[in-house]
Amino acid sequence: MNNIIDYVWLVPLFPLVGFLLNGLLRNHVSKSLSGIIGSGAILASFVVSILIFLQVKGGSTGVVTLFNFIEFGETVIPFAFQVDQLSSLFLLIITGIGFLIHLYSTAYMHDESDMHFARYFAYLNLFVFSMLLLVLGSNYVIMFIGWEGVGLCSYLLIGYWFKNIEYTAAAKKAFVMNRIGDAGFLLAVFYLINKLGTVNYIDVFSKVDALSGQDLTIITLLLFVGATGKSAQIPLYTWLPDAMAGPTPVSALIHAATMVTAGIYMIARSNILYTLSPVTQTVVAVVGIATALLAASIALKQNDIKKVLAYSTVSQLGYMFLALGVGAYTGAVFHVMTHAFFKALLFLGAGSVIHGMHHEQDIRNMGGLKKYMPITHITFLIGCLAIAGIIPFSGFFSKDEILAGAFAKNPLYYVLGAIGALMTAFYMFRLYAMTFQGKFRGTHEQEHHLHESPAAMTIPLVVLAIFSFGGGLVGIPEVLMHGGHALNEFLAPVFAESTRRMTPHAIDHSTELILMFGLMAVILILIVLAWRKYSGYQKSDAEETGLGKVLQNKWYVDELYDAVITRPVNGFGKGLEKLDRFGIDWIVNGVGRSVQYASRQLRLLQSGQVGSYVLLMVLGMILLFVLQVFLKK
Amino acid sequence: MPINLYIFLALALFSIGVIGVLTRRNAIIIFMCIELMLNAVNLLLVAFSKMHLADSSNKAMQVVTNGADAQLFVFFIMVVAAAEVTVGLAIIVMMYRNIHSVDVNFLNRLKN
Repeated sequence: MNNIIDYVWLVPLFPLVGFLLNGLLRNHVSKSLSGIIGSGAILASFVVSILIFLQVKGGSTGVVTLFNFIEFGETVIPFAFQVDQLSSLFLLIITGIGFLIHLYSTAYMHDESDMHFARYFAYLNLFVFSMLLLVLGSNYVIMFIGWEGVGLCSYLLIGYWFKNIEYTAAAKKAFVMNRIGDAGFLLAVFYLINKLGTVNYIDVFSKVDALSGQDLTIITLLLFVGATGKSAQIPLYTWLPDAMAGPTPVSALIHAATMVTAGIYMIARSNILYTLSPVTQTVVAVVGIATALLAASIALKQNDIKKVLAYSTVSQLGYMFLALGVGAYTGAVFHVMTHAFFKALLFLGAGSVIHGMHHEQDIRNMGGLKKYMPITHITFLIGCLAIAGIIPFSGFFSKDEILAGAFAKNPLYYVLGAIGALMTAFYMFRLYAMTFQGKFRGTHEQEHHLHESPAAMTIPLVVLAIFSFGGGLVGIPEVLMHGGHALNEFLAPVFAESTRRMTPHAIDHSTELILMFGLMAVILILIVLAWRKYSGYQKSDAEETGLGKVLQNKWYVDELYDAVITRPVNGFGKGLEKLDRFGIDWIVNGVGRSVQYASRQLRLLQSGQVGSYVLLMVLGMILLFVLQVFLKK
Repeated sequence: MPINLYIFLALALFSIGVIGVLTRRNAIIIFMCIELMLNAVNLLLVAFSKMHLADSSNKAMQVVTNGADAQLFVFFIMVVAAAEVTVGLAIIVMMYRNIHSVDVNFLNRLKN
């Protein structure tokens, strides 16, 4: 094996095998075995991913074609994997964090029965497999297969506890919302085939000058519609908070390693198309910043530990889209990476808390948990510091890079982004203080049973905490350390074409330093405020009023969608159902009923009296005779 | 003898047969009436055959058929009637064994 890149198909193969084993043998494997199969498959992928990453880091990239997937006319769509800097980095994130989440799940899901345990791991493996396919595909069609796959798996996993109607409704919501986005993606692929006759990244990007500005705008906007569905942006973001219905490790997987980063990856992959269509870039940036602010404001008033984190993810994804919109592609990918670390950490930490509290998710009933769960507490605090953007935690570097890019493009983006960052710090430390500080507010029974989670859950937390702390050091900005941005250099070949065509907006170093540390000072003040305000939180029955109530009800967006879209569609459907039942069914059933009625009458002729049959026969013969005589001319 | 008499006799026999079948309930009598109808037809066939032979001016034809063509039919009918009788009587025997009667009006299990 001199060239590991040729064996890249091993990476998605392992999770696929794990899925098949666990899925087909789910009635026969024990919990420990299905856990080993599930986690082992991802671990194997992770090892191969590391080898590939090292090879790519050494400078070799390549496209591995397995077979021709679709051929029609001049167009050939190969089933091929593209290994380059971008995909190898995503491979590491997906398989690495995926493995930690699998490991964590073996402990978290231990109360499930054998069969459902195996089903869970089968879904998880399929999820990772789809995401790997999405990232590795060398053209938009292969990406679309993975794109659909993660949609399906999110549906299966959100509705994992399918006996709960609310959960299945949340799963359906996720699926339908994703489908809306997928339609946009699919249209973009058709448009590409129509205009260029190819969907291979390499060909598309080299022929990009053949596309008119209008075509580019249409394609990029349609692709962006797909991204809004998958990556939960306005207007299709409402599924992500509802996706909290799934088990907590699934939320971690969806939010950190897979699924929601798909949109970011897709736009980062298509960066040249976006660079060349400034209209779309503006749309992406505006949608991103709007989502970031909206979701952050909602997160300020949520009381469910997972809901806060969910809105935080939506908000952070908004930042990534802002970065893509202003052309800071490296910043977006960097934030995907650091976000994967600290969001996985936060979700798994939340899962640990929920596990310890016996499925209590309301932070109003928590408090003072630092005494009972020391490891969860420390790691969660690290996650909060990382997401808030305190130097030297990883979130600081990626967020700063995005905000610097935004400032260079338009200072207004920067101001709005900074407001979002402040809100992020505030709600995260509100969450932290209400959960871990102060006095315990739950029932005595809960307090009695409080315990630290087992090692299979705390080890992933510690590993992720280390990465959340140090993960940002691969991207130290130029002002702080010359040549410190290793990630930028690593990813440079992927974004080379875009960089060449973009007019650089450099901001001078003193401005950058002032912005960086000025913002961090305000963030620190807010953290202290939130800490002090919510450490002594007491339960009160007073209802929120004014803006607080609007925020608690998530700006009533769900209600708005319900009134504007869901209900009219449902009403239309009901109308059609009535038409079907009383119109078409009546006609069809009427034919049947009239035949039945006629035959019931006809049946009376069969009296059982032989005499009457004979009489009828004779009468018939006479009739025929008469007819024959009189009708014959 | 004029053909009319034969026709009237056959007609009378046939009518008696039909009326018997329609009015009687005893299966054996119905059977006999059917035989009566068959024989009425036989009588007509034989009578017409003889008539056509006498009327025919074609001597060659007389030699060839000798008025026997219709009579052949009659034999066929008699053979078929005999076969029918064996089957019919067997049915009547089975009927008697099952319902201890030969009244056809009891055979109404397939009613409606």
